[in-house]
Amino acid sequence: MQIVMKNINKSFGGVQVLHNAGLAIADSEIHALVGENGAGKSTLMKILTGVYTRDSGQILVNGEEVEYTHPKQAEAQGIVFIYQELNVMFDLTVEENMFLGKEIKKQFGILDKNAMKSEAKKVLDRLGVEIPVDCPMSELSVGQQQMVEIAKALMVDAKVIIMDEPTAALTPKETEVLFKVMRSLKEKGVSIVYISHRMEEIFELCDRITVLRDGEFIGSKDIGDTDMNDLVKMMIGRDIGERFPKRNCTQGEVVMSVKNFTKNGVFNNVSFSVKAGEVLGVAGLMGAGRTEIMQSIFGNLPYDSGSLEIMGKPVHIHSPEQAKKLGIGFITEDRKTEGLMLEETIKKNVALTNLSSISKNGVLDKDKENNLVDKAIKELSIRCFGPSHICSNLSGGNQQKVVFAKWIYINPKVLILDEPTRGVDIGAKKEIYTIINKLAESGVAIIMVSSELPEVLGMSDRVMVVHEGRVGGFLDSGEIKNIVPQKQATQENVMILATGGTL
Amino acid sequence: MNTKTLNKSKLDTIIQDFGSLIALIFLLIVLSVVSPDFRNINNLLSLLKQSSVNGLIAFGMTGVILTGGIDLSVGSVLALTSVFCAGMIRSGVTPLLAMVGALAMGMVFGLISGLLVAKGRLQPFIATLITMTVYRGLTMIFSNGKPISQLGNDAFLNGIGKGSFLNIPVPVWILAIVFLLFYFVLNKTVFGRKVYAVGSNEKAAKLAGINISLTKIWVYVVSGFTAAFAGLILLSRLGSAQPTIGAGYELDAIAAVALGGTSMNGGRGKIYGTLIGVLIIAVLNNGLNILNVSSYYQDVVKGLVILLAVLSDRKR
Repeated sequence: MQIVMKNINKSFGGVQVLHNAGLAIADSEIHALVGENGAGKSTLMKILTGVYTRDSGQILVNGEEVEYTHPKQAEAQGIVFIYQELNVMFDLTVEENMFLGKEIKKQFGILDKNAMKSEAKKVLDRLGVEIPVDCPMSELSVGQQQMVEIAKALMVDAKVIIMDEPTAALTPKETEVLFKVMRSLKEKGVSIVYISHRMEEIFELCDRITVLRDGEFIGSKDIGDTDMNDLVKMMIGRDIGERFPKRNCTQGEVVMSVKNFTKNGVFNNVSFSVKAGEVLGVAGLMGAGRTEIMQSIFGNLPYDSGSLEIMGKPVHIHSPEQAKKLGIGFITEDRKTEGLMLEETIKKNVALTNLSSISKNGVLDKDKENNLVDKAIKELSIRCFGPSHICSNLSGGNQQKVVFAKWIYINPKVLILDEPTRGVDIGAKKEIYTIINKLAESGVAIIMVSSELPEVLGMSDRVMVVHEGRVGGFLDSGEIKNIVPQKQATQENVMILATGGTL
Repeated sequence: MNTKTLNKSKLDTIIQDFGSLIALIFLLIVLSVVSPDFRNINNLLSLLKQSSVNGLIAFGMTGVILTGGIDLSVGSVLALTSVFCAGMIRSGVTPLLAMVGALAMGMVFGLISGLLVAKGRLQPFIATLITMTVYRGLTMIFSNGKPISQLGNDAFLNGIGKGSFLNIPVPVWILAIVFLLFYFVLNKTVFGRKVYAVGSNEKAAKLAGINISLTKIWVYVVSGFTAAFAGLILLSRLGSAQPTIGAGYELDAIAAVALGGTSMNGGRGKIYGTLIGVLIIAVLNNGLNILNVSSYYQDVVKGLVILLAVLSDRKR
């Protein structure tokens, strides 16, 4: 199916979010749609699928002008949108989810369970994935849930599938399966619009690429005619220079050491330490237990055995409250549900972790609070209208800066970062790296869990690789000439350790 | 896009903040024009006096609802503490001491609900449904199902519900002082911030190092306290403790909180909104009585007013 979108304009309440945006999709191709957060990628796709209606512009499907006013119309034509936040009924089974709203019925409206089950099975088989159709969705991994969504798309005989950041929550293995499925769909003539922030994946997978910036069409290129730097320049309109800024850091004493941390069935005998001014990267596959280890250290999840020392003193942490008092900060991987009060102001969010320093005898000191928030906005260059800006209206990168602001001003000794740049666009990523560097330079010990290998390698002094709840090994980063190759933090070495191999 | 959403939400906040106030003023004007009896100053004072019981309960309820909870036990707490107080007075305890004891008991009863919610991890609705039922049963056991009267003529006991100070009834003073206390605590203190944070995003609040359980337990303790306080005012006014009293009071309190624009999901709401909600309910009760509207119709009108308030709230 060929789709051409031209000169699309769209305003929400007087503010133009799309300005001459567009996209041309050819038959059986995987087309990347990229741009910073807020560039209008999702909006453009929602206009194509009839979720929103355009203000002006042209949409041609196979040469005919169309205007869908409801996603059902687009679906009937074979255009399906798989959202980033999956539309999944967690308590229903795979089969029930796949046939939601299009159940096969026998006489008197009685459901034909067997027909639906065998049909569901057929479609999943076609994708080459093994998912039991009786299984409730909640018991599947995110990757499997995604497959069910794709299967759903295939059931309506989709000719164009739009995927919004499908790999954001997938393990590398699941990503691989997804890519295989996408390629085989392509061979069968299906076109895929692939929205992603992950450059490496785009270059691996896609045929063409279209860049949007500030709601405007910037350009389309064949993947062979472009490279990473070129793309980044198109996306943000300028050179950002080095992707990972340099830091000037001397490492100090060991600040925190973890010994034999164990939570039965989740992680086992995890031991490591981190020094002042050091950035310890934590790599591993999704589900390897990295987040659980960090949450346990922070007192948010219980652990079974093991010991923890802060500045050489043994401590027992049972709650985040306690961890905070000991100087540990924690930036969660899920800022929307765990990091921020989304519907609250920047001020109230930043104040939340700093209540004791902006109050006296339990009574808030307004001046101190305002000063703190003004300082945070300035120092972290949070782009907003002021302290009373509601966080849900901030871009992902600026939301993440607010989360950083919550923890920086408690003067932490150790700061644990769990996926610090997830869902953050390239420009803001670099700003966050700079913040991390400044913190390390000021002597904070930093533990950075990340699933983006380039980020782990680019930012860390040392890399701890976790495999199935155990420490697979440590690798050294940097240009030190006398590291033996087996100890060097390279993409290959990390992946070998992360998948259970030895060096 | 951001400027617009910001402005829009500001406008909405204003509507939300003042919508119920406008409704209250509208009701006051209409009723004053229609009925000379209504606009009589003595009637207005007695209206305020009547609102004090629901007001106190609703303030406590606001704290609970702001954390995302609900307290159905308030009516039973009110009954149990007031029969307890009356019983103590009858058995010779100094009335003032008995009253302080009743307030302390109210806090203990609230503590139990709070522990069930925070430590027992029961849903607030279920937890307080349980305490509501048990406390009502205990009230019946303690009083044998009969009113406890003949409480003597103590100045404190009489004063709290029937006295006046500077020509203004004591319950109105109490309502005003408790309101100011709630305003201060919710808006100016660390504890107030924690209450909102727990209701706004419990996970984020916990990860920010806030003691969620303690915050939750406290709001139920406070709710128990305000319910017991309201019970003392009623006890004083009626001169006896009725074991069946307070049934359904939780619903009036919740209605006042909802009228005041506080979100039932927690995290959003204002104590002055609750005060306005309390006044709207009191004005409706009083005005419809004066206009001789049958009490059956009164309930229908009250329900419709709450519906309107909630609809205007949802428009956001």
